[in-house]
Amino acid sequence: MSHNLSTGSQPQAAGPDQPLYTPIKRRSFFMYAGATAGATALLLAGCSDDDDNNPSLLDVGSGDGGILNYAYALEQLEAAFYAQVRTSAYYNAAGTPAAIKQVFDDLALHEAIHRDFLKRALTDNNITPLKDLRTDFSGIDFASLNGILTAARTFEDTGVAAYNGAGRYLTNNTFLGLAGKIVSVEARHAALIRDMITYNSFVSSDVVNTFSPNLPANTTTAYTGDGTPSLTPAGSNGNPVAGAERSKKPQEILRSVNNFLASDSKLSANSFS
Amino acid sequence: MNLFKLVSDLEQADPEFLDRINPRRRVFKYLGNAGQKVTAAAVPAILASFFNRAYGQTTLPSDVQKVLTLALQLEYLEFHFYNTALGVSGLIPGSETDGVTTIRNDEAGHINALRGVLGSSAPSYLVTDFDYSGGGGTGTGPMATALVPNGAGNANGALFFAAGQAFSDVGQRAYKGGAPTLNTTATKDILEAALNIHSVEARHNSHFRTVRRAIAANALGSATAAATAPYDNAPKSWINLVDNGGPTAPSSSNPKPAAAVYNAGNPATSYPADSNVTQATVDLTTINPAYTAAAVSEAFDEPLDPNTVQTIALNFTSTAGKAKGLFQQTF
Repeated sequence: MSHNLSTGSQPQAAGPDQPLYTPIKRRSFFMYAGATAGATALLLAGCSDDDDNNPSLLDVGSGDGGILNYAYALEQLEAAFYAQVRTSAYYNAAGTPAAIKQVFDDLALHEAIHRDFLKRALTDNNITPLKDLRTDFSGIDFASLNGILTAARTFEDTGVAAYNGAGRYLTNNTFLGLAGKIVSVEARHAALIRDMITYNSFVSSDVVNTFSPNLPANTTTAYTGDGTPSLTPAGSNGNPVAGAERSKKPQEILRSVNNFLASDSKLSANSFS
Repeated sequence: MNLFKLVSDLEQADPEFLDRINPRRRVFKYLGNAGQKVTAAAVPAILASFFNRAYGQTTLPSDVQKVLTLALQLEYLEFHFYNTALGVSGLIPGSETDGVTTIRNDEAGHINALRGVLGSSAPSYLVTDFDYSGGGGTGTGPMATALVPNGAGNANGALFFAAGQAFSDVGQRAYKGGAPTLNTTATKDILEAALNIHSVEARHNSHFRTVRRAIAANALGSATAAATAPYDNAPKSWINLVDNGGPTAPSSSNPKPAAAVYNAGNPATSYPADSNVTQATVDLTTINPAYTAAAVSEAFDEPLDPNTVQTIALNFTSTAGKAKGLFQQTF
């Protein structure tokens, strides 16, 4: 079996947290193996797919610690971005409105606090934090408000989709609670940034599964739903829950996030597929 | 029958199949124990169980059902408020109609989704089950003009948006408080759906706050009006401490009707006020001098317990709603 079941030298969860989720093909393998013996050919087929293991990527690790490190990585990226915004030509231009500078000051503080808090939470739980990541913001136009807002929208929307998609992997409800405390603040950021780009776009179909209800014609009839409601997330391509955010799985998030990380800091999350 | 090919094919057709039938641990429990005794005759029964687990209705644990029912009731509270407002001529400024419509539609979607998982026994509520004055059935509460165009305190819909802010903050705090209950192996999809609703409530709340800043600055349609301390009536898009008790209502007897929305729940150690600066036992104001209490409080939203949520929401429940048991579950 060619799978690399450990993630090498990358941080691993310590203590009692054990990985509950493993790559899907490995689960298939166990399932087949548990179901019966003797299906050797299919057993091998279950292992035949290549996974995303790439030795040049830093893996966030497994279990709850892996998710905390994943969040720590995203917060490092956001904090670094807003720190750079505050040194940008746009921010420091004479005519930049104070109210806009205040927004960026707040965002920079929030993300730095998230970053430092997560690092502290990792070490307090005996989990080795990821290293300080090096960013690559060469594709971002820091000279214009539009350039900054466009990048900020990507970071904030990505953060929300990432936290929402990661919650299911957490077994420790203290960690889940902390993620919930952070993700709604990221959603506040995302909504404001979007409204600053295009007013009333705080919820749009690229990030939320927007929905047009068929409402009763009168107020004496209760609205009991219409269409085909679903509560089942649809994997990496969004979520069919009406009026709800489109959560994304860690590997999909990281494919996007890696565009903003330097070559020695690109990430994988092989335990969370 | 080739079980392996079937599972493999299902996995091809539906990448979520293995997630549907649940994580490894449960599969182990199921097949690992039963597998010893599997006979050819038993295979169809096992498959039926798989499919039922994957696609069928399952009975929800009662605590999960209660959390989702409270969420559904809160969604109805919000839905009818926005839906009513959209039908009141002259209440919502033209620049804000699209945003409020989006929010109303999202709430309808959440009702859809929650009813989908709760099943046909889920309760439904009419607009008459609510008292949007905040009077708990009297109709004369502190927010009585929130749906009255240019009523007291309601120029440009100021009181309407204040109420929307309070409702959506109750919503995001309630979902946050309920999430751990949903975090069971069998209800991971429900958890993820709830998280995806939770963040949309936060987006709504951010927008309501943005609108309120614009109203305060007489700059409707602008997302960049300045927030003004102490942030009760020209708030930031995030919660600063407790926002000085939240929006001010035109009521001498109860000028801060939303104060409980930002205060601590019960127990306060688990459900602190939004001014909380200690996370996972770390006082975050001590780790960097730049991290003021205000900044730290803004960076984290706090959960609220279901009983406190119900106490708040009962102020917005009419006599008819109370008779239906609205916001009166036992937690």
